[in-house]
Amino acid sequence: MTNTKTILPTEHCETCPAFTQLEQMGIKVGDFDRVIALAGNPNTGKSTLFNALTGLKQHTGNWPGKTVTRAEGGFEFNKMRYKLVDLPGTYSLLSASQDEEVARDFILFGQPNCTIVVTDATSLERNLNLVLQVMEITEHVVVAINLMDEAKRKGLEVDARSLSRDLGIPAIAITARTGEGIHTLLGAVADVIEGKIITKPLRVGGTPEFQKAVSELVPMIEQMAPGIPNARWLAIRLLDGDARVQKALSTGELGDIVSRQQRQDVQFSGKMSVEGRQ
Amino acid sequence: MEANEILAKAESLRNDLSTGFRDEIVKSLYTEAENIAKRAVKGATDKKYDFDQKVDRLVTSPYAGLPIMLGLLGIIIWLTVSGANVASNAIAFVLFGIGDWGRALFNQIGMPWWITGFIWDGVYLGLAWVISVMLPPMMIFFPAFTFLEDLGYLPRVAFNLDWMFKKTGAHGKQSLTMAMGFGCNAAGVIATRVIDSPRERLIAILTNNFVPCNGRFPTLIMLATVFVAASFPPALTSFVAAGTVVGVVLIGVAFTFLASWVLSKTVLKGEASAFTLELPPYRRPNVSRILYTSIIDRTIFVLWRAMQTAAPAGAIIWILANIHLGDTNLARAIADWLNPFGLLLGLDGVILLAYIIAIPANEIVVPTMMMVYMGAGMMVNGPSSNSAIFDLLVNGNGWTMLTAVNLMLFALLHNPCATTIMTIYKETKSLKWATLSVVMTLGTAFVVTFFTASIARLLGWV
Repeated sequence: MTNTKTILPTEHCETCPAFTQLEQMGIKVGDFDRVIALAGNPNTGKSTLFNALTGLKQHTGNWPGKTVTRAEGGFEFNKMRYKLVDLPGTYSLLSASQDEEVARDFILFGQPNCTIVVTDATSLERNLNLVLQVMEITEHVVVAINLMDEAKRKGLEVDARSLSRDLGIPAIAITARTGEGIHTLLGAVADVIEGKIITKPLRVGGTPEFQKAVSELVPMIEQMAPGIPNARWLAIRLLDGDARVQKALSTGELGDIVSRQQRQDVQFSGKMSVEGRQ
Repeated sequence: MEANEILAKAESLRNDLSTGFRDEIVKSLYTEAENIAKRAVKGATDKKYDFDQKVDRLVTSPYAGLPIMLGLLGIIIWLTVSGANVASNAIAFVLFGIGDWGRALFNQIGMPWWITGFIWDGVYLGLAWVISVMLPPMMIFFPAFTFLEDLGYLPRVAFNLDWMFKKTGAHGKQSLTMAMGFGCNAAGVIATRVIDSPRERLIAILTNNFVPCNGRFPTLIMLATVFVAASFPPALTSFVAAGTVVGVVLIGVAFTFLASWVLSKTVLKGEASAFTLELPPYRRPNVSRILYTSIIDRTIFVLWRAMQTAAPAGAIIWILANIHLGDTNLARAIADWLNPFGLLLGLDGVILLAYIIAIPANEIVVPTMMMVYMGAGMMVNGPSSNSAIFDLLVNGNGWTMLTAVNLMLFALLHNPCATTIMTIYKETKSLKWATLSVVMTLGTAFVVTFFTASIARLLGWV
């Protein structure tokens, strides 16, 4: 895996300050200030966005399931160093196949500073299911509406602002293949992390009795692991009888996450060059 | 607050909830997604979409689907066979020429014979063989395969073959993992992670080796060209050779189905599970990315791995061939010892010795075999043309058509290379399954080659 630098083709003019903000760092991810996860349905162009940001050449194939392991790479944006983790494409975070578990475990237990959910502009409805599920886990979410060029060809108009308003999180239209919209996306990610944008993720209800059950469990979880950011989601998963979450709770894994996060020194394995190659 | 308390509380709360609460959650997710999408997206589908559907109706139709698939496979293999042949000969000519030059230079400056031999007839020859045999087919096969992959054709293959996998009790996505296996079986084993059910995933892992990987393609191509196609008029040879390789691939697919069926009736009992498979839109492949992926990520990666095992293998063969035992040498002695068993399988001792040395990487089987046949030390020129190879094998070492056919079958069916076995162990975290993957494939290879050899002998063909 080489680390060749390519200038991103972009519509921004060269005088725009954003033009020089992005520096691809390939797999040199030793020191980083922030961690970003890339989630999304299969075949929405996550790996293409990953390559555009890191300058790496992670293989992108046009079939669902191309990325089964997570790949890691780095880039610098506005003098902050980011580590980017490309997760396997999944339709949901509920089932138990291995690729879905890799994705879910990372968003939940890896505690990225922000998660970008890459969606396909041409089939937004199906993609939103995953967005809603990720929003249940974490508030630090930005939606990237990718494949805008394909949508345009199909005569579709996607209103990012309407989407953003409805979801309560930033939604940015991009075309990862050409680099269009990528700087705006990174700006939104930085704003979410720095608290300049306060997200208000839409929570999907369920029946009143279900809501009541959730609200009974949440304080118990928060009492066991003070400062845990996704107690609500954990409560929902426990009510659903999710074996993985039950195990994480009883082995103390959840408590570890919180203390680890408080120490602010999350460590990840640098498996990129081996596992990323397929 | 203890974890157990929370778990107990969740348990009791769940029992109080009405039974359909899970469906309620999923339903509200879908309704919400639908409403939001409706507000955000405007416009209708147009011709491009219709075109995609028309193409899909053709390539996934019950009648045209399979023939189109076979046709594409045939075209890729024909391009590989016909292109590789010319390039292999050219590369061999140059590399063996360099070898002669180096040997002469070493002789001239008075190097001891064993240094000259070890370097030029051992290490260098091993490398030269592997590069000339492997590089050209990969340079053609990988870009062609990556093109189809980026286009979006692979999910259509899975769609076409789904009913067959279902009948054998395996998962429809197994065809995706098999397609990856064409490149490298270790990659194919990793790709099985897309299969949800552990049972069906194990079937996909254990049978992946029945797809010939790029390390084994050169062996098949060489044998198909030199033996099967040689008796046909020159204008037809590339087609006959390609047809033979396609035939071998189909035999491998047949064994995949057979083994999947047997496994799902015995150690991995169960029914095939249902799944949804998305047929992604066709996308125009990006040429530079195809070249990068296929040349750098795949070709160079696989070739480099092969070279790392070819150099020591070349050295080992040279040493074995130069340890003299009376009027023979150690390599010959081992080959002679293996010979009765080899002949039983329609092969010979040298071939089995080559397979043992090539366990780390199947790519080096042919080079290893050639080096033992030629006998290091006495060799001046590597056979750089098909007729020279034919002459060496048939007139020099008693090969018949049976040897060639059985070697192709053996190459297709025998045990996975060391890398793949390690990958299977890592993915299954079980010594049992890793062992079974070896026993099952090697057993199949022995049984099948013994069977064909016996039939050929009974009918008096050899």
